[in-house]
Amino acid sequence: MNFFFEVLIGGLLSGVMYALVALGFVLIYKASGVFNFAQGAMVFFAALTFVSIMELGVPFWPAFALALASMVVLAVVTERVVLRPLVNQPQITLFMATIGLGFLIEGLAQGMWGAAVHGLEIGIVDEPIAWTMDNWGIGVSTFDLFAAGVSAVLVTVLAVFFNKTRVGRALRAVADDHQAALAIGIPLQSIWRIVWAVAGFVALVAGVMWGARNGVQFALTFVALKALPVLIIGGFESVAGAIVGGLIIGASEKIGEVYVGPLVGGGIEGWFAYMVALLFLLVRPEGLFGEKHIDRV
Amino acid sequence: MKLTKTALIGLGIAGALGASPVLAADQYVGMPSYRVGPYAAGGSGIFGGMIDYFQMINARDGGVNGVKLTWEECETEYNNARGVECYERMKKNGPTGNTVFHPLSTGITYSVIDRATADRIPVISVGYGRTDASDGRVFPYIFPLITNYWSQNTVKIKFIGMKEGGMDKLKGKKIVNLYHDSAYGKETIPVLDVQAKMYGFTVTHLAVAHPGNEQQSQWLQIRQIKPDWVILRGWGVMNPTALKTAAKVGFPRNKVLGVWWSGAEEDVIPAGSAATGYIAAGFNVSGTNYPVMKDIQKYVVAKGKSNMEDKSRVGSAYYNRGVVHGILTVEAIRNAQEKFGKGKSITGEQMRWGIENLDLDDKKIKALGATGFLPPLHVSCSNHEGSGLVKFQRWDGKQWKVITDWIQSDQKIVRPMVEESAAKYAKEKGLKLRDCSKEG
Repeated sequence: MNFFFEVLIGGLLSGVMYALVALGFVLIYKASGVFNFAQGAMVFFAALTFVSIMELGVPFWPAFALALASMVVLAVVTERVVLRPLVNQPQITLFMATIGLGFLIEGLAQGMWGAAVHGLEIGIVDEPIAWTMDNWGIGVSTFDLFAAGVSAVLVTVLAVFFNKTRVGRALRAVADDHQAALAIGIPLQSIWRIVWAVAGFVALVAGVMWGARNGVQFALTFVALKALPVLIIGGFESVAGAIVGGLIIGASEKIGEVYVGPLVGGGIEGWFAYMVALLFLLVRPEGLFGEKHIDRV
Repeated sequence: MKLTKTALIGLGIAGALGASPVLAADQYVGMPSYRVGPYAAGGSGIFGGMIDYFQMINARDGGVNGVKLTWEECETEYNNARGVECYERMKKNGPTGNTVFHPLSTGITYSVIDRATADRIPVISVGYGRTDASDGRVFPYIFPLITNYWSQNTVKIKFIGMKEGGMDKLKGKKIVNLYHDSAYGKETIPVLDVQAKMYGFTVTHLAVAHPGNEQQSQWLQIRQIKPDWVILRGWGVMNPTALKTAAKVGFPRNKVLGVWWSGAEEDVIPAGSAATGYIAAGFNVSGTNYPVMKDIQKYVVAKGKSNMEDKSRVGSAYYNRGVVHGILTVEAIRNAQEKFGKGKSITGEQMRWGIENLDLDDKKIKALGATGFLPPLHVSCSNHEGSGLVKFQRWDGKQWKVITDWIQSDQKIVRPMVEESAAKYAKEKGLKLRDCSKEG
């Protein structure tokens, strides 16, 4: 039984890491109704910029600030060059634009900093806590617990930002209807710049955490693939949903791999998460926390 | 695509003199490189090493018997379709077409086998690609040189036997084969199963879904199985993730044995201290303390001409693997020139002869300044592998340290499997086996 709980806890903590990436998607979708296909590339860009600046000899926090500044610049340029010309275009057009943007950001990151693989140490060991091993026979990683703490802080801050601030309410208004938001004087362009910058911040945090875990390399762009089933389950518009979705996906894919995998040849984690998401789609298409849209005819 | 520096300089001088560009004979090599994307570290290191070796040969020796080496890169991003596109785009370039194709990808190798055979352009896949192509009677233009995956795997089991105190001590041991869930990853499952039966150990195959950035479940299973050794058959991000997760579940890294595609600096540095003690196989070694590397330093790197953006990577596992690719290519060209005419550009067909009759013994390797850098090699019509030797390196936290001499693979196991698999392929394709006794 200990083993089952170890798999479960490991899965839940892995799910927190997926949720970190999923949060970036949620932010942009919540504020603009756009599914940002470039979020994985933004994670890579942010982490690579951060680690490359650190390797120039800049300490952690100044390097973090500089990387964050680069994400803000990226947000401003994205709004000016990609989003502004596409105001009031169908959402599929904006979605297609983010696909192109994703490739552009990937190329930009490698063009600026090179394609080499970087190690990233943030001072948190990724080893089991002796106490849990000795007392419960369950290995829980210090790093995973730290990642869970970071996610909790991030979710709290974002929840307050969206629900308790003027900017947050404006973001939600823009998401509901661009034209209506413009009509009542909400500055659409500023709102988009802010939300893309905040998504850049989330990408930076996710990139640092994933980079510290597996190294900063192009494969960071793939973590976005793990975020998609999380979003399907949690709902595209809910910050809390990203966390709950992450936990469900993390736990189910680990349990699936360990207990179902051996029966079908193993290596099922990649698609098992999508299968779970598909089952949720059949039952609750808007996700656990997504808004139910009713169109009057 | 980049035009070669040599060609550009030649055209520039000719243009400056106001004359028609009369170029000396040159030998063109089209390179399907990958310098961006998930596997860019391998692509940039290996093609960088090969290009620097070519540059050194041009600068130090004036080319191969006066024939300058030229090259052209085509970006594949490790994508099969792009690899085929690059092959087609480059196959007719140069005075005699593409001399040789180095796919540097098992997938691209599979994709060009039929084309290259029809076009008579040899394909060199050093330490990767289709294992049964070692049977040159069925695959005349495909050369998985030095050591194929099956040979390497028998050496790994030999190494484990050595560590356990003899091959008879393998009986009852438990080995986990943690592999990338792809054609590349699955390639060694059959040979491991045969060895498990032969030596009495149990082997558990655990797949890791691409790209391998999440392995918690596999390593928890490994902890349950309590294996004596874990064979790591990874690629890219799967490698540091495996080492980090091994540390997370408390599995000793000095009992993790990697394939050479898990044995570069890029595979261990991101894992930090979790990689210390980890062992990987190799058909080449890291380091710069070899005469051939010193010549590259002197004629290329010191003159600011290195293809590597990051000069600290000169001497790394991937870079040196590229130098090995360069040595094999140049020596095959030299060999072909001996037969078909010194100082002339050779064709792909002639290059095939040059590779197939390549004989790099200790004396020749010493003359190349590469003793211990790559193993001796004797290629023949029936044996397109040519060596089967493997060394092992241990990561000490800062660099790879060679811990064995060359260890011979178990050809009693490998060769019958190669011939059986190749014969099956020949039957499927309706191919007639070459009679090697009639080949000159």
